Amino acid sequence: MPSRLAQQAALISLLVLGLFLGAWQLATQTQEPALLLGSDAEYAALMGKGVEKGNGFPPPAKVGQAFVKYLSHPFYDNGPNDKGIAIQLGYSLGRVGLGFLLATLVALPLGFTIGMSPLLFRALNPFIQVLKPISPLAWMPLALYSLKDAAVSGIFVIFICSVWPMLINTAFGVASVRRDWLDVARTLEVDPLRRAWLVILPAAAPTIVTGMRISMGIAWLVIVAAEMLVGGTGIGYFVWNEWNNLALPNVIFAVLMIGMAGMVLDLLFGWLQKLVTYRE
Amino acid sequence: MSAHFLSVERLKKVYPGSGRAANPPVFDDLHFSIDRGEFVCIIGHSGCGKTTILNVLAGLEAASGGDVIMDGRELAGPGLDRGVVFQSHALMPWMTVLGNVAFAVKSKWPGWSGRQIAAHAGEYLEMVGLGPALHKKPAELSGGMKQRVGIARAFAIQPKMLLLDEPFGALDALTRGTIQDELLKIVLATRQTVFMITHDVDEALLLADRILLMSDGPHARIAEIVAVTMARSRTRSDIHHDPQYYRIRNHLIDFLVNRSNTYAGAEADAFHDPQHPPVVCPGLDDAGLPIGSAEDHPSLTGEPA
Repeated sequence: MPSRLAQQAALISLLVLGLFLGAWQLATQTQEPALLLGSDAEYAALMGKGVEKGNGFPPPAKVGQAFVKYLSHPFYDNGPNDKGIAIQLGYSLGRVGLGFLLATLVALPLGFTIGMSPLLFRALNPFIQVLKPISPLAWMPLALYSLKDAAVSGIFVIFICSVWPMLINTAFGVASVRRDWLDVARTLEVDPLRRAWLVILPAAAPTIVTGMRISMGIAWLVIVAAEMLVGGTGIGYFVWNEWNNLALPNVIFAVLMIGMAGMVLDLLFGWLQKLVTYRE
Repeated sequence: MSAHFLSVERLKKVYPGSGRAANPPVFDDLHFSIDRGEFVCIIGHSGCGKTTILNVLAGLEAASGGDVIMDGRELAGPGLDRGVVFQSHALMPWMTVLGNVAFAVKSKWPGWSGRQIAAHAGEYLEMVGLGPALHKKPAELSGGMKQRVGIARAFAIQPKMLLLDEPFGALDALTRGTIQDELLKIVLATRQTVFMITHDVDEALLLADRILLMSDGPHARIAEIVAVTMARSRTRSDIHHDPQYYRIRNHLIDFLVNRSNTYAGAEADAFHDPQHPPVVCPGLDDAGLPIGSAEDHPSLTGEPA
């Protein structure tokens, strides 16, 4: 039964994709001849029309060409403004990874401490509540001024946006570990370190990993915007650069790659979540 | 002072009130004792503080006053010398059955090798009939099997005293019966000292040497101590043939239905000394002989025990 359901779903997915591509094709192909026929070719050239990248919104075939072009040589490097898509994605993933790792290193121990101590929870809660809703990009000027380095500032922005969901979920998960399990640990005279590792961590792990998954989702959203501001490398910069070149097929290609990479990251954390979830 | 294995003296517990008025103490002058190898059940209505007493004995809750002395030492805090079986089994769902028991064994004997721990834990799980389920997760087990794991975990650390908080309350009658039989067998074989809370009169009759009857809270007391004057080798299938069975059972039910609420307030002091609650042997006279069983229970034809 589930396999049949999967088949039907796949069929409908393909149908939707086909319809979408068809509509796209129809919407983009009609303008081209109409515009060119009526006007002087020289005038058109002067206006930037007739040049390859200025043809209005690109049809699917153009975007397909971009896919083929970039995916067949993902690792080329022709200087600062012309790098393969894999290299650009690599830069972005590297920043996200580093910022996320730093956030984990701060959020998990701090969340553990806050979760274990109702006093600290209350004392730090106002700060968390105020800092949490700040758009990570709002930190950018302060980061650029105080860190004096664009690349480090990008990583800082990832750090600051990843830290809150992880911190809050860790604290919440640790604070709501079932009393019974802690009582078992107490009656068995389990020392605090062993209790933290073998009782509290596994008990809170599903909540913690959910926090990590949310953090990773936000980090991937933010890196694109951050790289547009910071410039230099990364998938966000690539999008901005291709926009400045008015190369819309490349922009569409990059947008889809951002989605794909985000999906893979989310799947990764979804798998991790499955791994640590227990059934009661 | 006393030669008992466990003595509870002047035990008092007051929970902090929510408003300005202080809560009355759940109990404030509780005395009882348990001897080594004895199986003691405590029965009383909800709210009389049974679970509080057990938590104090387990060290999970601090008493507001009074002393608990076990094996010549004052109890302070939880410890591996007492095994607790929780009402809600309290198994860690991310560990296997074996892992849960091994966790306890490793806590008691940190120096043991992994193989030694697994063998010891496996032995106790075998004892409760869970040999084939060692590597299952608790979620894959029925309620009765989960509680068996809880029992194996408590026995595996070889505690001086076993504390059971209504361990079978959530189980269906059939499962409860089987596990009661198993518990009885293991307790008899190991001469384990047990303190158990129950709501089930028949369970207490089957398992206990003595039954503590608690009056209603607040100011709950040990109203009476009922000696279960039936042979220790009783089983679930023949216990009701013992002529003492219905005498004791009627006494217990009469207490729970009619008398448990008469021990509160000053007038109770006139007839009840909380330090020395009366020990009663229902159906037996002062010499320990059955009082005319034929007249009391004409329907019973069993021979006197």
